[in-house]
Amino acid sequence: MSMYPEQLRYTKEHEWVSLEGGVGTVGITDHAQQELGDIVFVELPKPGTLVGQGKTLGSVESVKAVSDIYAPVSGEVVEVNEALAEAPEKINEDPHGEAWLVRIRLTAPAEMDGLLSAADYEAYVAAEK
Amino acid sequence: MVDFGGWDMPVQYTGIIAEHNAVRRAAGLFDVSHMGEIEIRGPEAQVLADFVTTNSVAKLKCGQIQYSGVLYEHGGFVDDVLVHKVSDTHLFLCVNASNQEKDFEHIRAANRWNAEVELASERYAQLAIQGPHAVATLQKLTPVDLSAIRYYWFVDGEVAGTEVRITRTGYTGEDGFEIYIAPSEAPRMWEQVMAAGAGFGIQPCGLGARNTLRIEAKMALYGHEIHASITPFEADLDWIVKMDKGDFLGRAALERQRANGVSRTLAGFEMKGRGIARDGYEVFLDGSPAGWVTSGGPSPTLNKNIGLCYLPAGRAAIGERIDVLIRGQLAEAVTVPTPFYKRAK
Repeated sequence: MSMYPEQLRYTKEHEWVSLEGGVGTVGITDHAQQELGDIVFVELPKPGTLVGQGKTLGSVESVKAVSDIYAPVSGEVVEVNEALAEAPEKINEDPHGEAWLVRIRLTAPAEMDGLLSAADYEAYVAAEK
Repeated sequence: MVDFGGWDMPVQYTGIIAEHNAVRRAAGLFDVSHMGEIEIRGPEAQVLADFVTTNSVAKLKCGQIQYSGVLYEHGGFVDDVLVHKVSDTHLFLCVNASNQEKDFEHIRAANRWNAEVELASERYAQLAIQGPHAVATLQKLTPVDLSAIRYYWFVDGEVAGTEVRITRTGYTGEDGFEIYIAPSEAPRMWEQVMAAGAGFGIQPCGLGARNTLRIEAKMALYGHEIHASITPFEADLDWIVKMDKGDFLGRAALERQRANGVSRTLAGFEMKGRGIARDGYEVFLDGSPAGWVTSGGPSPTLNKNIGLCYLPAGRAAIGERIDVLIRGQLAEAVTVPTPFYKRAK
């Protein structure tokens, strides 16, 4: 069984998105959190911010480095996971679940079709190593 | 794993913060075999060593170690090194991995005496055992009375049945030892030390924790706080320069700098908000670029974001308000006393 949930869609920049009722929940992948190591700080946009696919959504910092997060889909940020401000280490613990980053109301749902399936993402990560 | 001067080295084993805390609270074991070794031998070994380093080799006693600088004529660093006095005719230098060939050529070119200079890195692996339980861990493996080895002294003796050099040194700000050992024996020694330290909570530690630990202790890293364009006076390393010892490479440049005063100086700072300053970020004073960050990141011990930076001399006093340009935005910081962390004696 894959460690990457089947119902999610993935990007080559190591974000995931889960679509429900026109709103996509976005996070970073288990592979990304492993590469970053201990995460100590997350910078996220405020609700109401408009983001474009592939544009910078925020950043995540570990002890060793800072890394940009890119929006996997275009739309309006409608919710931000406030719990991460106080407990960014949750991203290391549960990257595909509790430690989602933002929710985006999609303005171009067709963008979802261009994202990777779990199997394709896993193959991409394996080839990157 | 990352490529570090041609060596494949782990940035972390379990996690930088866990490894960092293990060294502060218990013990950590580092494989630092990448470090280079240069041996200088012969009746004129000390004369040559004194000429190519800034600290006073003549004042070293047998079995003693000193931190020192190797400088270019213009006063910038070729490298920072540990000089071990094995005997009156034998000095053992531990040098940075990526600088070793450059160091060797530099010392050889300065050898107008009859000393023998050897790049000996291939004969030595090195393990560092660091932390409050380092003594207890290593003592289980050796008949040598470790408590009798003072800070910055060494003995050659047996550990786990192998003849090694045991030095009371480190790059973490904690008590501990570094062991120079034949490479063929190193993997077995690693296992033995890990087993001896198991009851003390020893953790294998990578380059990531080595970096956060040495930043807290304000220990310089070549290529960051010091490099070819930085002098010891700028790097707050006046104490490794002995101007009263006679001529040495870089001396004339340092004399001029002492007469004219330094234009920049190394300072420690603390971020006031949540931003993290990283190596190379620009530092601003009164809204204008004034310096740069040499090392920075989260401090696991202090739970603050800290860093080291160069500032104009005269603007580096403690309490100076500075800004760090973090990804396009100025973030407030303040200069603070260093080292950031000092262990209780």
